[in-house]
Amino acid sequence: MKLKGKVHKFGNDVNTDEIIPARYLNTSDPEELALYCMEDADPDFMKKAVKGDIIVAGENFGCGSSREHAPISIKAAGISCVIAESFARIFYRNCINIGLPIFTSVEAAKELKTGDVAEVDANKGEIRKEGRKTVYLSEVFPKFIKEIISSGGLMAYARKKDQEV
Amino acid sequence: MGYTVTEKILLAHAKGVKDIAPGDFIRAKIDLCLGNDITSPIAMREFRELGKKKVFNQKRVVLVPDHFLPAKDMKSANQAHSLKEFAREFGISNYFELGEMGVEHVLLPERGLILPGDLAIGADSHTCTHGALGAFATGMGSTDFAYAMAFGECWLKVPETIQVRFTGKPRKWVGGKDLILHVIADLGVSGALYKSLEFTGDTIENLPMDDRFTMCNMAIEAGAKSGIIQADKITEKYVKAAVRKYKQPRKTFKSVISDKDATYSEVREYNISKLEPVVAAPHLPSNGKSVSELKDIKVDQVVIGSCTNGRISDLKLAAAVLKNKKVAPDVRLIVIPATQAIYLEAVKEGYAETIVKSGGVFCTPTCGPCLGGHMGILHAGEVAISTTNRNFVGRMGHPKSFVYLSNPAIAAASAVKGKISHPADL
Repeated sequence: MKLKGKVHKFGNDVNTDEIIPARYLNTSDPEELALYCMEDADPDFMKKAVKGDIIVAGENFGCGSSREHAPISIKAAGISCVIAESFARIFYRNCINIGLPIFTSVEAAKELKTGDVAEVDANKGEIRKEGRKTVYLSEVFPKFIKEIISSGGLMAYARKKDQEV
Repeated sequence: MGYTVTEKILLAHAKGVKDIAPGDFIRAKIDLCLGNDITSPIAMREFRELGKKKVFNQKRVVLVPDHFLPAKDMKSANQAHSLKEFAREFGISNYFELGEMGVEHVLLPERGLILPGDLAIGADSHTCTHGALGAFATGMGSTDFAYAMAFGECWLKVPETIQVRFTGKPRKWVGGKDLILHVIADLGVSGALYKSLEFTGDTIENLPMDDRFTMCNMAIEAGAKSGIIQADKITEKYVKAAVRKYKQPRKTFKSVISDKDATYSEVREYNISKLEPVVAAPHLPSNGKSVSELKDIKVDQVVIGSCTNGRISDLKLAAAVLKNKKVAPDVRLIVIPATQAIYLEAVKEGYAETIVKSGGVFCTPTCGPCLGGHMGILHAGEVAISTTNRNFVGRMGHPKSFVYLSNPAIAAASAVKGKISHPADL
């Protein structure tokens, strides 16, 4: 899978309250959650973002509340993937479980700036800035997680497993 | 080579392995899984889509509609209703309707639903609270909750453990909240990312259960997967009383403790005998400072409650500070007992009366303002001091509002003075 999109850059410790504020958690409808994606980190985010765009952030992206609404709103907003220096653990597993592609790369996260166009080869974990030769390699997913990702998320993995039993 | 308490619990629950080491991925049997009115709707939808006819165990799935209840609006009412419907359809006995409902991480231990040595997961980040029972407890997402309901298991990466050792006797007005804010200030909000924090030392051995819950509750604010305190006599007495009172079917348990030769990724030691109450300034829980450094910051609202500090000893402390005092003009004091049992005890003991006479309001159990849900949302520019766990941008309302985190005594004293204060200042 090849992803390409305009970069929206955020800082360290972006928490799930900023990604999708609790005032919108009286619904779990993805389309509705998408309307408010990143609202408290950047109120104009949804005016600027277009389908395929990429979120790039610093350390500990997605810290705080366990709300799966956060990666759901990012995915439903059409963001193709998130690249960060590191991810908070519940957010990390939520992304894997729902099938939002995420990539951990300190170099890529530091190098990419708002307005850049990033290209990602999801299978190889290769990230580059459009028109540049330098390739940044994202951290490799452990085998176990690869299985979940290749199944299409945790519930798809569960269905497959259920049939095997 | 020995195991930490966390590794022992995980090994006891891991499927198909005889040994365990940090970094291993395991499939682990769970003893209990939990969801609330925000996270369960997604989990229930996914569970239904899976086409399962039964949950793995009707007594081990817990649904607590605590975040937006009593329903703050029509959509919240719909979400809460969906939990009740699901509980009825699948015969889930541990669904707590308003009147029994309390803040989940206070309610479950109070009811004796989690035992030492258990592996519990919850679709709520503060599930780590239950580590205070000597259990492995961690927050996950809704999909994990759906999977757990269906299969009675979860996937986990075995965490490394940081041993956090406290020595010394806390000073007056210093409690579990101050210890944990002190540690988070030292570690930072991602200092324990993917790791388990094991709290130990003579300070912890003498610490009451309520304070232990407060400490494990905020392990996540250092990025940790779990916080844990090995079960001891204090834990066992607490759990046995809860199990007996609520006639839980699971009555026996075996406490688990770390081996002497267990491996820790790091050991941190803190002598806290001189520690002053700690207040975390906006907008991160790691911005902890001594209360004296933040004096004179004016506050508009004071919140005492939540899964961090909404227990009876917290209300007792607040009432002790507020006795015969008045809340400052233009300051809103909102006190929220975390469960009905705590509410009732606060009424019986006179804490509720003291709080109301001081000019505070005494509310029904709910997570409410902690996450900017309802019952105390901040206006732009307003400042709150709160006994809750997070002070992120917009956490309690407007993105341009400010939240300071503290223990209940500091919060109560600040309500009286109208600015961040120490009880000794009154």
